Amino acid sequence: MAQYNLKINGVERQVDVDADTPILWVLRDSLNLVGTKYGCGIAQCGACTIHINGKAVRSCSLPIGAAEGKEITTIEGLSADASHPVQQAWIEHDVPQCGYCQAGQIMSASALLSENKNPSDQQISDAMNGNICRCGTYTRIKAAIKTAAKHS
Amino acid sequence: MHKDRRSFLKVSAAAGGGMMIGFNFFACKAESKIPDFIAPDLQIPEKWNKLNGFLSIGENGVVTIMSPNPEIGQNVKTAMPMIVAEELDADWDRVIVEQAGLDTENYTRQIAGGSGSIRESWKELRETGAKARYMLLSAASAKLGVPMEELTTEKGKIYHKATDTVIDYGEVATAAASVEVPEEVALKDPKDFTLIGSNVRNVDGFNIVQGKPLFGLDVMEEGMKIAMIAHPPAFGMKIKTLDDSAAKAMSGISDVIRINVEPEGWNPQWSDVNAYPEVVAVVGESTWQVMKAKKALKIEWEKESELESSLDHEATMREALSTGKGEVARTDGDPDAAFAKAHQVIEKSYSAPFLAHNTMEPMNFYANVTADRAELKGPIQTPMFLEGTLAGVLGMPKENISIMMTRMGGGFGRRLYGHFGTEAALISKAVKAPVKLVYTREDDMTQGTYRPAYMTTYKAGLDKEGNLTALQIKGAGLPGSPLWADRYPAGTVDNYQATNFSLNTNISTGAWRAPKSNFIAVAEQSFLDEVAEAAGKDPIDFRLELFDRAKNNPVGEKNDYDAERYAGVIELVKEKSGWGSNKPGVHRGFSAYYCHSTYVAQVLDVVVKDGQPKVEKVYCAVDCGIVVNPEGARNQLEGGIVDGIGHFMYSALSFKDGVPQESNFDKYRLIRHEEAPEAIEIFFVDNGIDPTGLGEPSLPPIGAALANALYKATGTRLYNQPFIKEEGLLG
Repeated sequence: MAQYNLKINGVERQVDVDADTPILWVLRDSLNLVGTKYGCGIAQCGACTIHINGKAVRSCSLPIGAAEGKEITTIEGLSADASHPVQQAWIEHDVPQCGYCQAGQIMSASALLSENKNPSDQQISDAMNGNICRCGTYTRIKAAIKTAAKHS
Repeated sequence: MHKDRRSFLKVSAAAGGGMMIGFNFFACKAESKIPDFIAPDLQIPEKWNKLNGFLSIGENGVVTIMSPNPEIGQNVKTAMPMIVAEELDADWDRVIVEQAGLDTENYTRQIAGGSGSIRESWKELRETGAKARYMLLSAASAKLGVPMEELTTEKGKIYHKATDTVIDYGEVATAAASVEVPEEVALKDPKDFTLIGSNVRNVDGFNIVQGKPLFGLDVMEEGMKIAMIAHPPAFGMKIKTLDDSAAKAMSGISDVIRINVEPEGWNPQWSDVNAYPEVVAVVGESTWQVMKAKKALKIEWEKESELESSLDHEATMREALSTGKGEVARTDGDPDAAFAKAHQVIEKSYSAPFLAHNTMEPMNFYANVTADRAELKGPIQTPMFLEGTLAGVLGMPKENISIMMTRMGGGFGRRLYGHFGTEAALISKAVKAPVKLVYTREDDMTQGTYRPAYMTTYKAGLDKEGNLTALQIKGAGLPGSPLWADRYPAGTVDNYQATNFSLNTNISTGAWRAPKSNFIAVAEQSFLDEVAEAAGKDPIDFRLELFDRAKNNPVGEKNDYDAERYAGVIELVKEKSGWGSNKPGVHRGFSAYYCHSTYVAQVLDVVVKDGQPKVEKVYCAVDCGIVVNPEGARNQLEGGIVDGIGHFMYSALSFKDGVPQESNFDKYRLIRHEEAPEAIEIFFVDNGIDPTGLGEPSLPPIGAALANALYKATGTRLYNQPFIKEEGLLG
């Protein structure tokens, strides 16, 4: 066990965990930030997507040491009240079915739009291919990203 | 009967904002601006008046409606309360929806399965709302001193037009709660529905997009430990010896135990499917620590039955179909004689592999078992059956067991089989602490209740004019048989035979989104496409001719479908898709199917981009009777289409010596964004018939619409799933 200082959603947090602990489990178990989901543990499904310095990262495969001193944003920190344009667009398009993967989808989509205000279909696919939705909401996700792009 | 609800209320409160509010989808104003959808500031009443098991009304008129059934993403948590609210004439903007826990006193069918939540509860939900409305009217009538017949209701208010009086439901809620519940009450004419048939947003949508803790895996309780299991690596194996010394010595680990969910003399229910009754459980402080300790277990396994492989499965099914003696399920006319006389005979075999459910949220459950009580929380499609199993395994009366259903990160049938709930309970009991059992993705994918592997042979006889004169279907499953003997095309062919070949396997299988149909539709509708071509007929016209026969002069008496409605959706999609018009570069496939009492017809358009086939658009016509929540319904149907395209095209679970060869998403391929259709358009038949299933029926036929379109694009017929492994596909 070792102590780590993290900056999560703008707040300094201190945790005491094993050095190889992935950020995902620090968020979920140590800090009770459970919006970030576990899906596969090998960076294949995207359910655990967070932002590190604004970039979409799979938190299940990133040891805590790699995140020290960086800005970590989770779904809980994207907005205080679901007012982020991507969250708003998700609601407007009534995207979720089961909803489990959607936090990860939203984090991938918001990272895309922060770098590219007007992504093409291909750029949307490239950014979102790492996020699996078994319910099959992909067509709504794409429509919601386009709506969010208009309002970003 | 005592049911502890405290824990459940805590979960609701933890859900942040606590409230689950419905939003009217099109209540938004200017289209150019994202609407301010945030919940209206509902004042939570200090006192609730409970009118029945579903309904409480506060003194300010705010209504709480309980959603009784498990929510797996089929959006019944929005649709079921809508039905109650419709007959109550509630104001949906002042409705709070709350998930009920298992409560067999107040609710009758708390199951998520068989696309049955709405169709099985339709009448009960309507009566519940209507009876409560009656009680409110009765109280208002007494208060105003006017006859009930002179009162009308709208959006949570009672009107007496003659005296220009308006009363809010809240004003008479207390009095209404003591009105005797009427035995019978008139229901609305569906033509008068105002809420049903309108687009209402998912009541949990606001919480979902904020990552609120709604799911089983999100449960956190005081003193809770994390548990994981290690199960045998291969079907046909069990634990021989366990050396837990290394694991136990690791930091954060408190217990390593062996548990068995099937004690001596245990009599399993249908929902107790489980290949590995005995597993090793590791218990500790944090998920990561337990995950690491699990890897440090030294377990020796031993073989207890055959270790099966996919190659053997295929051979077993092929042999059964060609030489085995099956069980004849239906015979019309004289198929052998008809084939002998046929001008043309076409015979084709179709196959599909085992499939894992792969809900995005892996199996998990929270349990706190003490000497005389068991409190469980988690994702379960069959809480009433889990309760029965727990009572048996724990030796505890049902009254002492409480089960709260969390929102589920997908179900698709996997969570019908709740062994993980029983495992959590046994672990909690053994370590004397509350525990949350968590499966890794690998645990989840390699201990499934998989969709069985199937193979079917279809044989058709055509006369000189291209009429279908004989049809023979032989269906083999590991286990079960993929055919519905009395469904279409039965009833449309003079000479018909359907034969079952159910084979044995020690791989655990179960219901997977649209059981059996998820294979039958693909085989049947691909085959009919090929037969239509051989007959020189348009594939839609060919099918409509068969339905003419079923409508006018059906063969046999036991035909389990309505030919008018079936033909109706086909004609609708034909019209809406502009079938028959030539679209350059677009390759079209057609398919239609009936299951869960719902009729679906689809046209799928494939284009070829850079040598790769791409699904450009899907047209889908649906007859599911009254559509409660059109936006939610469209989402379900779109999801079934995308899910279906994905599994038929890409997915498979294969075995070697009993070991699943795919254990995570690096090897098990699920459809991804880029592979989804560019657009899906849904068309509902408006016929006022009571609602039927929605969560499953759009999935089965899409596999054949895809195969038939890919045939047009490539010239290759696809017989074996997943299609991606078939030769002849482009690229």
